[in-house]
Amino acid sequence: MSFDLAVIGAGPAGMAAAVEARGLGLSVLVVDEQAAPGGQVFRAVEAAHGDTALGAEYSAGLGLVESFRRCGATYRPGTTLWHLDPDSGELSLTPGGPAQARRVLLATGAQERPVPIPGWTLPGAMGMGAAQIMLKTAGAVPSGRVVLAGQGPLLWLLAAQLKRAGAPPALILETTPKGRLGAAFRAGGWFSGRRLLLKGLGLLREAWGIPVVRAVTGLRAEGEGRVQRVLWDGGSADCDTLLLHEGVVPATHVPLALGLQHAWDQAQQCWRPVVDEYGASSHDRVAVAGDGAGIGGWQAALAMGQLAALDAAHRLGRLTLDGLAQRAAPVRRMRDGALAARPFLDALYAPSAAVLAPVADEVVVCRCEEVTAGQVRAAARLGAQGPNQAKAFLRSGMGACQGRMCGATVARLIAETRGVAPETVSPLRPRAPYKPLTLGQLAGL
Amino acid sequence: MYATRPEARPATVEVSVDGVAVMVPVGASAAAAVLLAGAAAIRETAVSGAPRLPYCMMGVCFDCLAEVDGAPNVQACMVTVAAGMRIARQAGARDALLGEAPR
Repeated sequence: MSFDLAVIGAGPAGMAAAVEARGLGLSVLVVDEQAAPGGQVFRAVEAAHGDTALGAEYSAGLGLVESFRRCGATYRPGTTLWHLDPDSGELSLTPGGPAQARRVLLATGAQERPVPIPGWTLPGAMGMGAAQIMLKTAGAVPSGRVVLAGQGPLLWLLAAQLKRAGAPPALILETTPKGRLGAAFRAGGWFSGRRLLLKGLGLLREAWGIPVVRAVTGLRAEGEGRVQRVLWDGGSADCDTLLLHEGVVPATHVPLALGLQHAWDQAQQCWRPVVDEYGASSHDRVAVAGDGAGIGGWQAALAMGQLAALDAAHRLGRLTLDGLAQRAAPVRRMRDGALAARPFLDALYAPSAAVLAPVADEVVVCRCEEVTAGQVRAAARLGAQGPNQAKAFLRSGMGACQGRMCGATVARLIAETRGVAPETVSPLRPRAPYKPLTLGQLAGL
Repeated sequence: MYATRPEARPATVEVSVDGVAVMVPVGASAAAAVLLAGAAAIRETAVSGAPRLPYCMMGVCFDCLAEVDGAPNVQACMVTVAAGMRIARQAGARDALLGEAPR
């Protein structure tokens, strides 16, 4: 099957791109790993929009999902892209056969930034995003004593949602250091982004009454076979479920595997693909939109998806340059409005050095191959220049997750040990297949 | 350990986790079923045999690799439950020559 535009990911960016491109007469394929459209932010919204615990903003995603369902794109849910040849436009997909596309939009979103603290591999320690997915996909809440530890907008959203669901967390351990609010105001964006920030204040108010310890450092989890206690400098608490969060980072697995040009994002302390105003990457067939191109939230992602679709239509001769400029102008304003509060949020919730590179040598950083921070430091002292060399020393990044969980931490530890800036260490270069395949799947090609 | 909220999403699909029956809502993942069952682990790691439960629930961390309906190394968080689904803990590394291996 051949398409004008293939979109990878059915979150806000991917859905908005598909709707826009269909409106301009393009044939569109949308590939998504999940069973239903929505991405992570609107995950399972068709099934869960009536659950008041999730809130009005979540339910509002239903409209976007409905227009996506009606737009006439070929939609392949439950499907994984495991290889893309950007030069020929061939996409290898499983299950099912390959597809061909004149233009490819990567709208693969974000992942939670790993939080490698001592004990984070114990059963019972999870991402806050993971708990929110339990709420969205199964209406389920953690039982027993739940502790939220970390920082970011999701912490307060999840606290409010769990409270509404009748399962408020027992304790919040916020890792934002003292003095950050001043830094955030100095970074700017608070006035033009005030609507988003007011929404955040509303969540803080809703979470009122949950005990909060602020400026927490030295976070660690302990227990026999599972999390039983959470400890920090100056305190400890019993705990059945420990939910961690230090913000989200672009899911750069596929863009890095394609060899797209990336740039270091100083504010968000992560790599992001280099894209132009319309999401066009360094490869002339491939665009990136949404959080995968740099964290901006779902409203910015929606606008970026539309811009990438307009650009695709222009490149394929369906839209004149004037038409592109005319249609893009209001969408760009929408995107800029949605991004206005980012400088404030990025400064307020900047991850601490200890989150990016754990201090204790015994912390497992590669969860698959069980490689510790101390082993990575030792490899760096022996000459490993970055995560690509560390693979040969330690197997870090060679397990089932292919470095999604450890790549950034390994790079950071090596940069620290070598005494060089993080942006001078090349990121882990993933290889196809982008997710593990069985021999049976390969034999069936 | 997780609990459903029947008022929001009734648990109507019966699956088994390590042989124990558990009711889960339509649309839940196999990994969610493991958490709802209160299982101590979904896998034991290939390197040290340490117990793990799902960490990310969105296809990133691969800590939910389990046996689903007899197939090993399945990302349980990426599979939607179906009535009668059998989810089993995966202990240690997989044997490369399981089943119909040539002799």
